[in-house]
Amino acid sequence: MKILVTVKRVPDTAAEKRLDPADKTLDRESVETILNPVDEYAVEEALRLKEQHGGEVVVLCMGPSSALATVRKALSMGPDAAVHVHDDALHGSCAFNTAKVLQAAIRQVEPDIVLCGSESTDARTSLVPSALAEYLGWPGLTGAKQLEVDGATVRVHRETENGYDVVEADGPAVVSVVKGINEPRYPSFKGIMAAKSKPVTDYTLADLGVDPGEVGTAGATTEVVDFAPRPPRQAGQQVKDPGDGSAAVELAEFLAGHKFI
Amino acid sequence: MDLELTPEQEEFRKIVRAFAEEVVGPRAEAMDRAGALDPVVLDQMAAMGLFGLPFPEEVGGMGADYTTLCLAIEELARVDSSVAITLEAAVGLGAMPIWRYGSAEQHQRWLRPLAAGEQLGAFGLTEPAGGSDAGALATRATLDGDEWVIDGTKALITNAGLDRSGLVTVAAVTGQRPDGRHEITNIIVPTGTPGYRVGRSYAKVGWHASDTRELIFESCRVPVANTLGERGAGLANFLRTLEEGRVAVAALATGLCQGCVDECTRYAREREAFGQPIAAFQAVAFKIADMEVRAHTARLAWQQAAAKLDAGQPFGREAAIAKLYASEAAVTSARDAVQVHGGYGFMEEFPVARFYRDAKVLEIGEGTSEIMRILIARSLGLG
Ligand SMILES: Cc1cc2nc3c(=O)[nH]c(=O)nc-3n(C[C@H](O)[C@H](O)[C@H](O)COP(=O)(O)OP(=O)(O)OC[C@H]3O[C@@H](n4cnc5c(N)ncnc54)[C@H](O)[C@@H]3O)c2cc1C
Repeated sequence: MKILVTVKRVPDTAAEKRLDPADKTLDRESVETILNPVDEYAVEEALRLKEQHGGEVVVLCMGPSSALATVRKALSMGPDAAVHVHDDALHGSCAFNTAKVLQAAIRQVEPDIVLCGSESTDARTSLVPSALAEYLGWPGLTGAKQLEVDGATVRVHRETENGYDVVEADGPAVVSVVKGINEPRYPSFKGIMAAKSKPVTDYTLADLGVDPGEVGTAGATTEVVDFAPRPPRQAGQQVKDPGDGSAAVELAEFLAGHKFI
Repeated sequence: MDLELTPEQEEFRKIVRAFAEEVVGPRAEAMDRAGALDPVVLDQMAAMGLFGLPFPEEVGGMGADYTTLCLAIEELARVDSSVAITLEAAVGLGAMPIWRYGSAEQHQRWLRPLAAGEQLGAFGLTEPAGGSDAGALATRATLDGDEWVIDGTKALITNAGLDRSGLVTVAAVTGQRPDGRHEITNIIVPTGTPGYRVGRSYAKVGWHASDTRELIFESCRVPVANTLGERGAGLANFLRTLEEGRVAVAALATGLCQGCVDECTRYAREREAFGQPIAAFQAVAFKIADMEVRAHTARLAWQQAAAKLDAGQPFGREAAIAKLYASEAAVTSARDAVQVHGGYGFMEEFPVARFYRDAKVLEIGEGTSEIMRILIARSLGLG
């Protein structure tokens, strides 16, 4: 079984993020970056599938050449190989373009299943897994809290407000996983060392036959029109009771005025 | 001597830190109270390969070095000394002598399960009548055909009474040397050998979740093939083992120092007195600044000793300096950390209370501060 996992380099969730005023994209070089946290769950799930069914795990990352560190981080958990798509023309790609490029790379690898994290902590669109399934023409099973592969059948448990739905499809399929599907392993020292020498295949847009005009800032289907820092929080309004209980009335009126009650 | 860590070591330090914060930290108080480690913690440490760090892959290790082991110990001790000493004793004292002095066959038979963390090893040197005078042992082993027969008692031994305790290497008197001194030989005794009994757990001041036992040997028979190293080389071999262990204990003490800095920095910013955060009082800020100095200096000291060890250079003097400095730094920092926390520092909900109890033993185990000063003085041609 050939399992492909998509991984993304994102700014450290705890870090102060900066948008570049020139092209309104995230300044990815100025902050500490990490492997998108939910992608660790996808990598873990892929490794577990391999442990059950045998085969191979390949990670796929689209990101600037500096994202290689993220690729190695994912490899240190145990996958066998990686594909890294980087091309200057990719800068500023929207979620759909990203999915288009990933799709082209996935066609090169020809996996039996594609696992994604359900969202990335920077843009939080959650669009890529579904768009990817659409471009590939494969079933997309999103939000998996549990995953089983039984022959050609891919089955996931998707959490809902009242319980869970069981969703099933014939592979190859795209599955996005949520946190809690497993407990990702911590890489071992041997894993870190081994990651340095695992094969990483580099692709440019030309290698994948993708037209640079269709992706990046040029081909983005969405545009960031403006951004502004969040205004500082206003001081709250204090209600003091003069001793006759009238503060309760004032509070009730405040809440009613804002339609809370 | 280059003290720069490799990018892989830096990466690994981050991973162990994440593990310590995410898995160990939330369990630390409960494990301390229960007086036992959560098996989940040990299992994950084994899966991360922590128990095999300094050993080559041919014997089931991770192919790293002593520095990398010390990094892991330091990061664990930042949140929990009991977990850190369990690793330190298992690798530094339990497995290391088997790696250094064992035959290829002993490596496969005894070291493999230790390096994988399936079993933990122990090192039995100290006896009820004394530890510092390591040559004055009373435990005896006599040859009977192709078996050693061991009689005696070991005191204060780490990692011998756990479910996964696999073996203890016992230092025993096996005869007399031509100069009249004891001939000492190290012998591997697997857990469960008839005549080898693990006594009760001690009620300790700190390191509550770490296992410390008395071991009793009564006509305990093991094959002569369990001899570790040459017959009569026991003293030299365990002195070398202890010398290495001091570097690891210094790393452990550094972690505790760092934990004090972390806890106090956070608390001093949040806690208010007289209308301002206590961090604004110089008396508090300077205490924390001094803690930072101690953590930093202790780290440089152990890293330098470890770098020499890994480079195959003599490191005994540096190990003694690092162990002495870092352990005394830990005791001072833990005492001040409680002070910075005021009354809450005396409450078990706050990690610094545990740090305070855990710090003291660092000035005692693997050579007391007095013994360290003797070694350092001797290196100056004194005493
Ligand atoms: C929690 C814990 C875990 C331990 N784990 C292990 C283990 O796994 N394996 C093991 O073998 N041992 C272990 N030990 C034992 C430890 O190594 C000894 O306690 C230590 O070496 C000191 O020996 P002692 O306790 O017999 O003290 P003593 O040797 O009796 O010393 C008492 C005091 O006299 C001082 N003193 C002794 N000789 C001199 C001298 N020549 N000059 C000046 N002062 C001197 C000492 O510094 C100390 O202050 C452990 C101890 C503890 C507390």
